[in-house]
Amino acid sequence: MSSFFSYLISGISLGSIYALIALGYTMVYGIAKMLNFAHGDVIMIGGYIAWLVFSSLGLPVWLAIICAVIVCVILGVVIEKIAYKPLRTATPLAVLITAIGVSYLLQNTALLTFGPASKTFTSVVPDSLGISIGGIDITGETIVTIVVTVLIMVGLTLFVNYTKSGKAMRAVSEDRGAAQLMGINVNRTISLTFAIGSALAAVAGILLCSTYPQIGPYTGAMPGIKAFTAAVFGGIGSIPGAMIGGIVLGIIENLSKAYISSQLSDAIVFAVLIVVLLVKPTGLLGKKINEKV
Amino acid sequence: MLKVDNIQVYYGMINAIKGVSFEVNEGEVIALIGANGAGKTTILHTITGLVAPKSGHVYFEDKDLTKIPPHKIVYLGMAHVPEGRRVFQQLTVLENLKLGAFSIKDNAKIEENLKYVYAHFPRLEERKNQVAGTLSGGEQQMLAMGRALMSNPKIILMDEPSMGLSPLLVNEIFKIIGEVSKDGTTVLLVEQNAKKALSIADRAYVLETGNIVMEGKASELLNDPRIKAAYLGE
Ligand SMILES: Nc1ncnc2c1ncn2[C@@H]1O[C@H](COP(=O)(O)OP(=O)(O)O)[C@@H](O)[C@H]1O
Ligand SMILES: [Mg+2]
Repeated sequence: MSSFFSYLISGISLGSIYALIALGYTMVYGIAKMLNFAHGDVIMIGGYIAWLVFSSLGLPVWLAIICAVIVCVILGVVIEKIAYKPLRTATPLAVLITAIGVSYLLQNTALLTFGPASKTFTSVVPDSLGISIGGIDITGETIVTIVVTVLIMVGLTLFVNYTKSGKAMRAVSEDRGAAQLMGINVNRTISLTFAIGSALAAVAGILLCSTYPQIGPYTGAMPGIKAFTAAVFGGIGSIPGAMIGGIVLGIIENLSKAYISSQLSDAIVFAVLIVVLLVKPTGLLGKKINEKV
Repeated sequence: MLKVDNIQVYYGMINAIKGVSFEVNEGEVIALIGANGAGKTTILHTITGLVAPKSGHVYFEDKDLTKIPPHKIVYLGMAHVPEGRRVFQQLTVLENLKLGAFSIKDNAKIEENLKYVYAHFPRLEERKNQVAGTLSGGEQQMLAMGRALMSNPKIILMDEPSMGLSPLLVNEIFKIIGEVSKDGTTVLLVEQNAKKALSIADRAYVLETGNIVMEGKASELLNDPRIKAAYLGE
């Protein structure tokens, strides 16, 4: 029984990381109406920046985190401006192909800069934070990941529901034209969405690399796909959906690894997604989207 | 106040507006009437920048709106109640109204505008915490109008506010348009309901497949035999 709880808790922790990444996918989808497949690779860049500042240069943790967040925010906003903005009125397929191109560009830039071999990432969480409750050991990374994710979710929910910029985001997500009539700058709102998504990706990257202490050019690829799955699972475009989807997915993945098969765990995750989409095509919390001019 | 100067609008190869010019003076209620597909919505969209004209200009108090990004137009004092209401369905009534005042920084001014809107639409105050998507069609129309009035506009453009409403509600909506006009807001009203529109307007323009085919005092158009035959079903 105690091992079940420890798998459950590390599943929640893994799921929290998926949730943070999924928030980036879902917000960008909700507001810019596109799938940013390069999002996973922004995580990897965040991981490398933190590695560079903290593990490699030996500078303080807080500086590593700030640098990673700033670099990812700039990267996300610049990617949107250069690669996606010119395609605002293009077909979804053109945007998708561009996003995949950006993804390769980021991976290969990392490959060229840091080489193909994975680097050892020094966890940003001190070992002393780990605790043991009733015979279950909980690592400091797990605790920090869950706490940070909860704080971010609360903050983001408050931001989206109660601030003027948050309301502008919801308006743009529903009806871009009507939002413009209110005086909302759609381009700026989309930039802000990319900035927030990328900041969350940086945090997710650092947490991910602290939990699984390695960083390589493809570190972001698989978690990116899983988080995208989580976003679809929760209902793409829905913020609470991404949060729930991410955590549920992490739990399913970890429990399948523990009790069924570690090779099959990914297959099980995707099978669950397929079943959910068959039963509810819009995902757990998704709403039908009406397209308007 | 508003001058539309020889605009041509294309959707791909389709020439939807074929050189339309008209003027709205301060304090007027101007009706733009025409059958479905005549190009009424396209003209309003061109004025507020949701579509760009291929040629021609739109001047509002001597500023060329075709050179101003669409989200800046409301700051100049122009509000647009779009066709089909387009309220933010997932937001509450109050959130919709507050977004209508997005262009206003001063909170006291926003509260004042909110009072004004609630005075004209008491129903909106009763339902202020309700999600807009759960309102009836008539209530959504009131919300769309209230939202536009929240920016305290000098001119309000309305696109078929009576569409899909019961006769009783149509009367109510038109009564409020009259009040808004009396309060000093200039009105450009697009309608298929020509009878109602002409009965409230000072002047009117008649649009047919992208051209203005007739214009004049609304009271005169109301008695014009061609208008009677084509638009009033008499
Ligand atoms: N987004 C669009 N794409 C292509 N054609 C359009 C679009 N919107 C309107 N049209 C065409 O332009 C013409 C004018 O439409 P519209 O301005 O909506 O007329 P109205 O508001 O008078 O009913 C119609 O022939 C319509 O089919
Ligand atoms: Mg129309």
